[in-house]
Amino acid sequence: MNTHVLSRAPQQSVSLTDALARWHFDLWLGLLLLALGVVGLLVQYSASGHSMDVVVSQAERLGLGFAVMIVAAQAPPEFYRAAAPWLYGFGVAMLLAVLVLGDHAKGAQRWLDLSVLRFQPSEILKLAMPMAVAAYLHTRPLPPKPQTILVTLAIIGIPTVLIAMQPDLGTAMLVLAAGVLALYFGGLGVRWILLVIAAATAAAPLLWFKLHDYQKNRVLTFLDPERDPLGTGYHITQSKIAIGSGGLFGKGWLAGTQAKLDFLPESHTDFIFAVFSEELGLLGVAVLMALYAAIVGRGLYIALRGQDSFQRLLAGSLAMTFFVYVFINMGMVIGLLPVVGVPLPLVSYGGTSAVTLLAGFGMLMSVYTHRKLLSN
Amino acid sequence: MSALGSSRSGYDAIKDLYEEKRTFTGRVVFAAVLCLVMIGLLAMRLVDLQLIQHDYYTTRADDNRMRLTAIAPVRGLIYDRNGSLLAQNVPSFVLDITPERVKNLNDTLERLKAYVALTDQDIARFKERMRKGPRYRSVTLRSNLTPEEVARYQLNRYDFDGVEVNAGLVRNYPLGESAAHVIGYVGGISEADYAKLDEASYQGLSQIGKSGVERSHEDQLRGVPGAKIVEANASGRPLRELDSQPGSSGQNLYLSLDAQLQLVAEKALGDLEGAVVAIDPRNGEVLALVSKPGYDPKLFVEGIDAKSYRGLLEDKTKPLYNRALLGTYPPGSTIKPFMATAALNFKTVTPDTAVYCGGAMTLPGSSRKYRCHKRQGHGSVNLDSAIAKSCDIYFYQAAQTLGIDRIDEILGQFGFGSQTGIDIPNEKAGLLPSKEWKRRVYKQAWYPGETLSIGIGQGYLTTTPLQLAQATARIAMRGAAFKPHVVHAVADPATGAIVGVPPEPLPPLTGQNAELLGRVIHSMELVNMFPGGTAYRTFKDAPYTSAGKTGTAQVASLKQDEKLAPTLEGTPKHLRDHALFIAFAPVDEPRIAVAVIAEHAGHGGSVAAPVARQVMDQYLLGEVRYGIDASAAAAAATAAAAAAAANGEVVDPEQDEDGLPVHDHEEDAATPASSPVQAPIPESVTP
Repeated sequence: MNTHVLSRAPQQSVSLTDALARWHFDLWLGLLLLALGVVGLLVQYSASGHSMDVVVSQAERLGLGFAVMIVAAQAPPEFYRAAAPWLYGFGVAMLLAVLVLGDHAKGAQRWLDLSVLRFQPSEILKLAMPMAVAAYLHTRPLPPKPQTILVTLAIIGIPTVLIAMQPDLGTAMLVLAAGVLALYFGGLGVRWILLVIAAATAAAPLLWFKLHDYQKNRVLTFLDPERDPLGTGYHITQSKIAIGSGGLFGKGWLAGTQAKLDFLPESHTDFIFAVFSEELGLLGVAVLMALYAAIVGRGLYIALRGQDSFQRLLAGSLAMTFFVYVFINMGMVIGLLPVVGVPLPLVSYGGTSAVTLLAGFGMLMSVYTHRKLLSN
Repeated sequence: MSALGSSRSGYDAIKDLYEEKRTFTGRVVFAAVLCLVMIGLLAMRLVDLQLIQHDYYTTRADDNRMRLTAIAPVRGLIYDRNGSLLAQNVPSFVLDITPERVKNLNDTLERLKAYVALTDQDIARFKERMRKGPRYRSVTLRSNLTPEEVARYQLNRYDFDGVEVNAGLVRNYPLGESAAHVIGYVGGISEADYAKLDEASYQGLSQIGKSGVERSHEDQLRGVPGAKIVEANASGRPLRELDSQPGSSGQNLYLSLDAQLQLVAEKALGDLEGAVVAIDPRNGEVLALVSKPGYDPKLFVEGIDAKSYRGLLEDKTKPLYNRALLGTYPPGSTIKPFMATAALNFKTVTPDTAVYCGGAMTLPGSSRKYRCHKRQGHGSVNLDSAIAKSCDIYFYQAAQTLGIDRIDEILGQFGFGSQTGIDIPNEKAGLLPSKEWKRRVYKQAWYPGETLSIGIGQGYLTTTPLQLAQATARIAMRGAAFKPHVVHAVADPATGAIVGVPPEPLPPLTGQNAELLGRVIHSMELVNMFPGGTAYRTFKDAPYTSAGKTGTAQVASLKQDEKLAPTLEGTPKHLRDHALFIAFAPVDEPRIAVAVIAEHAGHGGSVAAPVARQVMDQYLLGEVRYGIDASAAAAAATAAAAAAAANGEVVDPEQDEDGLPVHDHEEDAATPASSPVQAPIPESVTP
């Protein structure tokens, strides 16, 4: 028996975890995600004013998402590495198409109507971006050399700019984060990190003039939420009232008033965390955060167990992007960040993002369950 | 081996796999630490919101959702003295529309017309009210739906989103026009009302007492609004009740009015314009108070439109005007008993003092003739015959001897010239002229001739029907009097306790005594009960004793050289004489005092006295025994007026037939001119 450090032998007794691993399913991740989905359904039921339609519709999407996750886990990481350039290329092509042909929904060109399927090409990039960066860096010596970094930045920059032009700042930030995180995990030098931060800071004023009015308003409102309490500040003011009035124990499930009485807008989508906080209080929030932290932790653990650069960078990026998702949404809802359209992962109502996220977790499971443990 | 196996790329050779793995591990650890720091940031913010600022945000959340809503109190009921309902609250079906739930308002209104009668007025009123309120609040489109309309609508209600039929309480006056001037009515609260009232007392209320008892006793009738805290959503729609504090219903009022008596009095007056006031002299309770023509208070409750309201205001017969309190009329000969009281009091005459009536008299130094209504004269008259036959010459002389100052003193004590203080709003004081008054108003001295006019109730002297009734009640009570009032008792609907309104005695007459008034009352008895009295024909068969005095007040004066009064047909209606009558019964233990005025109706004895007789019959006997119905009364009025206006040289056939002298024809003279310069000559009108 070879007892190489990278291929520690599993316990001899075959546990449920191992049994499921043979089916390329990670029990921990699966259970945590399932728990999150159930929490989401419960909160949506309350936030939507006891609408079973919303719950059933979201449950169907989660079901689809879990199916996609299980299927995605079956493919080996090598498949994703091989597919990365193609998916990335396809995604960028679609982004260009959407800018030319896209449907106008809510004043933004985000959707592409393929007659059978309306979808947002930017969703593809949420997966294609970490895959592409990880696949590229996989071929390079790490930590990356300057020219590698510049190429990577180009890979990251092109779709980010295209998405920002739609304009969909929230998704652009997530896609940017996915790419940058992969680069970070690839060992981007500390000086480079500082440089990127400095460049971003310098670019911010320039970016300001590129922002649409509603985006500028969001930023101004973030800086001073009471600036226009009935207009742009209304969301965040009502959200803070909901959260603050929840207190330590919350008002109880279905007993929140802010969402039920329509004071809180977008209560079952982007602002669902406010409903959760109002009804379940700080203790409930602690549990929810622990759940997210456990999922991120499990993702990072899987990344540590990745067997090549591609696997590690992809897994690390997916796990941390998930955290960025959570942080941006919660930060926005509690008034720490400007309002950007980022849902609370797997809890907010909305199908596309849930399916994309679960597909990403499918890849994580793939990385974890396709490890070549023993060569015998 | 497995690590190598996973990297098949040609670049593997230059990759330091161990170093790469170590860097990666460091990065993961750092990322994990970063996550924890960021979670810490979120947690700090959440602790701040949910623990430190929890109370503040709880208050803000409650402010968001809680609305204080008023519960309108139920308005008190109004009963007559026997417990008959005069004002009540009846359930009414109303058609309400919630604007925010209606997609196409004009289309909905158009379609509703097929099932419910809607006038342009209803729609205009609805749109005005809709503009004033928030869109989630329902607005009444029509009230008082008929059962058929409700049924028709209910069958089709699925076509009408946001339209509802609701049941509410609407003020209702079961007697309709009857006693409307006393009871009054409620109407929408106007801007002017809002400026005066205490808003807290009107929470949830949309109507306020506008006239009559509804207005004067508004505070008792209204009740106290309750409040409830309701939970409302972001658009303000109330969803459920969180807490409520019930208010209390208004007090029920029992009026001293006798509804039956009121109806009889109204019927007795018939189509004539005028007023009837009946008072219980023992306590000042108003038993009946009629002003004709009347109006339907329902119009105001439902919200009268401008056109109908203008119509009522501009109506020449002034239906809205409460003649009993606001009408100021020359009392004519009905003033004579009071004048007699004054003369006896100051001992300028004794009951036996004889005066010769030759049909006319002059004042020293003047050629102007002051005529008696009986042109050929009454011959020698004393107190009894002067009142019974209503001799003008006797009272010209009585007034002349008394002088205006002493007349004012006594008439003032009877209440002429000042408000009675009755407990319903808007009362006129009439006019008791004096030297001081004339100096002040006309900047002129008082002329002796004017005193003579006052002596027969003409000239500047005017009184309201209520004042006449009140003064009559005081005579009936031999000088004692109580403030007239219509509210008899107040009942608390919650406890059932009834509190009576005690009679309020007025200061007694000075210098008078029961014996003195007894003499005057005796002469008034002659008017009703002895052949030759001006109201004898009306009262001769009454099974109770009564005392009265007729009056026919001149409206227009004749010029000195005008010998003949125009015929009734030839006189424009507004210039015809007013018929008056005052009376009380029974004489020894008076229970009712009545004053009747019929405008432009002719003579007191033939027109006004029958009205009083019917009222007293109803009150004392429980039925009307005097067989004149309304149309007969009007016919009598016409006949009497015609007779009065006829040439005096023609002998009144009635006089000969019945052997009764001039019962009605006591009238007279002396109307003040509109301009004192063209000094209106007091002049005997009738032959």
